[in-house]
Amino acid sequence: MTKHLITLIAFLILFTVLDHVAHVASQIPASTLRASDSSNKPPDADGFIQRWLILEPLNTNGLTDTAVQAAVKKEYFADQLNVVPRDGDKVNVDGAELTWHALDTTNYNVNLFHFARAYSKKTSDVLFWAVTVINSPREMRDVRLAIGSNAASVWWVNGKEVIGIYGDRQTVIDDGVSKRLTLNKGPNVVRAAIINGGGATDFCARFLYAEDRPLKEITVSLGTIRTKPSP
Amino acid sequence: MKKILFTTLCLLVTVSLAHDSRVFALDGEIRIHDPSTVIWCNGKFYTYGTGGISLVSDDGWTWRRGPSLPRRGVAPDVIHIGDRYFLYIAANSGPTKADINLLTNKTLDPDSPDYKWEEGGVVASSDGIEDCNAIDPGVLLDPTSGRLWLTYGSYFGYIRLVELDPSSGKRLKPNEKPRNIAINGEASIMIYHEGWYYLLVTHGSCCRGADSGYNIRVGRAKNVAGPFLDNMGTDMLRGGGKLFVGSSGRLIGPGHFGLFDLGDGIQRFSLHYEADLDKGGASILDVRPLLWKDNWPVAGERFVGGTYQIESLRTGTSLELTVEGFPVGGRPVRRGPPPGSPGAPLSPPTGGGAPPIGGGIFAGTGKPIPTQDVTEVSKKWPEGNVDVRMGNYMCQAQQKWSIEPISGSGYLGSPYFKITIAGTDRTLTATEDAELVAMPIFTGRPEQLWRFDELADGSWRIMPKAIPSLKQSLALSAVGSSFATFASFDSRSEKQRWLLKTP
Repeated sequence: MTKHLITLIAFLILFTVLDHVAHVASQIPASTLRASDSSNKPPDADGFIQRWLILEPLNTNGLTDTAVQAAVKKEYFADQLNVVPRDGDKVNVDGAELTWHALDTTNYNVNLFHFARAYSKKTSDVLFWAVTVINSPREMRDVRLAIGSNAASVWWVNGKEVIGIYGDRQTVIDDGVSKRLTLNKGPNVVRAAIINGGGATDFCARFLYAEDRPLKEITVSLGTIRTKPSP
Repeated sequence: MKKILFTTLCLLVTVSLAHDSRVFALDGEIRIHDPSTVIWCNGKFYTYGTGGISLVSDDGWTWRRGPSLPRRGVAPDVIHIGDRYFLYIAANSGPTKADINLLTNKTLDPDSPDYKWEEGGVVASSDGIEDCNAIDPGVLLDPTSGRLWLTYGSYFGYIRLVELDPSSGKRLKPNEKPRNIAINGEASIMIYHEGWYYLLVTHGSCCRGADSGYNIRVGRAKNVAGPFLDNMGTDMLRGGGKLFVGSSGRLIGPGHFGLFDLGDGIQRFSLHYEADLDKGGASILDVRPLLWKDNWPVAGERFVGGTYQIESLRTGTSLELTVEGFPVGGRPVRRGPPPGSPGAPLSPPTGGGAPPIGGGIFAGTGKPIPTQDVTEVSKKWPEGNVDVRMGNYMCQAQQKWSIEPISGSGYLGSPYFKITIAGTDRTLTATEDAELVAMPIFTGRPEQLWRFDELADGSWRIMPKAIPSLKQSLALSAVGSSFATFASFDSRSEKQRWLLKTP
């Protein structure tokens, strides 16, 4: 019994320490993220988009449908549902200056925990804005955006909200899938708000043809990227 | 006041009709004895019975009397090969002296200018002495070889097998001796399924109303000529036969199996009951799902609806309204640490109800949690159309679907159904862009009428009667883990397979 008690107390202490670390992570290089360059980047072999502009996290709370919808509808900075930022752009949210970072992930998913930790930011009870611009070689009808996120997320394509998934959930490939939509020939803006309650946080996204086959004929270009070190 | 009274009466009538067990029997004129295999021709279903009568249906659910055959024999069977329908019908001229005659036609539609029955002659017979009574023909076009086979016989002696010419429907080798393949029955017919030939034979007594012991039994063989063994290894030539379907409920004496293959792994079988007690003991037609288990045919039950969780076989998530769920019993209140942890109470808390297990957050309330009240919960749901998605099932009101038959409209062997959130009028609807939505009311339009086809593994294909502006039939399909849409049915995929679970 005493042994169990000691184990339990040790676990609780460890959990408290880890929880504190997670809330304000110390700066640790993001092993899965690289600074983007100015090239056109195709998706990976399974169609996952690996190049994103990500804003340093801002504070929020709640993962229910209502809480998430309220969080993403709140205006944190000017034109937040339309702006296509450039790498290094800054916004001011409630007195805090937050920076947009153009990043490539080496995985199918974007590890937001790595991202936040690399910039010594909170990872719990936070909202991440992410934007990317995909170039379609032609108009594509009846395709679907398919995403997974940890945790809740809301997604827009060319300004229209197309997916909302809620609750405390892990990233599952193609967890949330939009209704059929049309990609314009040329640039199309994909925007996401990912809200994390606690612990790990990440997302993945790709487009699918109507029969669920990954769409790989697109490229991602975020415009002129400043030369800078990886996070 | 009168208007209110009238409305109330109408509602009561509607409710009583909705729960009338009759809605679960085929509709219309379905009296027939010894029906042939149900067959499709020019947009209609047909079956032919003893006396040369026929029944016809536009949708497979509501039937009416059709034109009679030029022969008034017993227990016909019919098959479509090439540009011809071959119909076989027998007649006794003595207790065991009988002939099976062939009739051919280019169409079964009496309104067609091509509708004309032509005599094709005798294809099998019994002389009144031999151990066979050549009636009750059943035909199989072997999908593996293209060869056409006829089985026949009735109690006196053997069920026999002869080969027919698929180009003419006539006997291929008239002088070749028929092969004996079973005894103790009649109404034999063979079907083929995944490497096996199945011989279905009706055992028991017929033609005695509610005292008829008719039941359909089956044996299987790797060779078309047998030996047909049952599940115990007994040869049907020695009286074997695994029960396929017997009397149940108020339907007595099933007999005369006929296969109708809808494709995509979905099959039905036709039969008659010697006596439907709800129809005064009349002999009636029925069409039921044909399922398979361990390579044996299983007589499926007609889907009658109810309240269900609709779970995707692909994802394990369930169909729900896109509304914020509320935990059954309310949001959990943290009452203390887990039992055994520091600070946990050493004994259960006192109070009413059964003593909880230990204490703290795992203790529960000590009494049953009532079912979520949809009237209360739905007050927070948006009015108008609401999107539909999939989520982890948690017994919440927006996840329970009431599936009710709608009289007057159906498909082969079943009425269509409406699907609503239980306790509400929010109705699952197919949209013009082939997506899902829950509309606030049921309109009865085709995009709100649903068919349920049970698949061999017990899962279901769910399809709207029609999707607006689409000619193509599409099935409800999981797309990703949390959303559903419509897609062409692929029998090899789990995307379009759904489980109906009782919540």
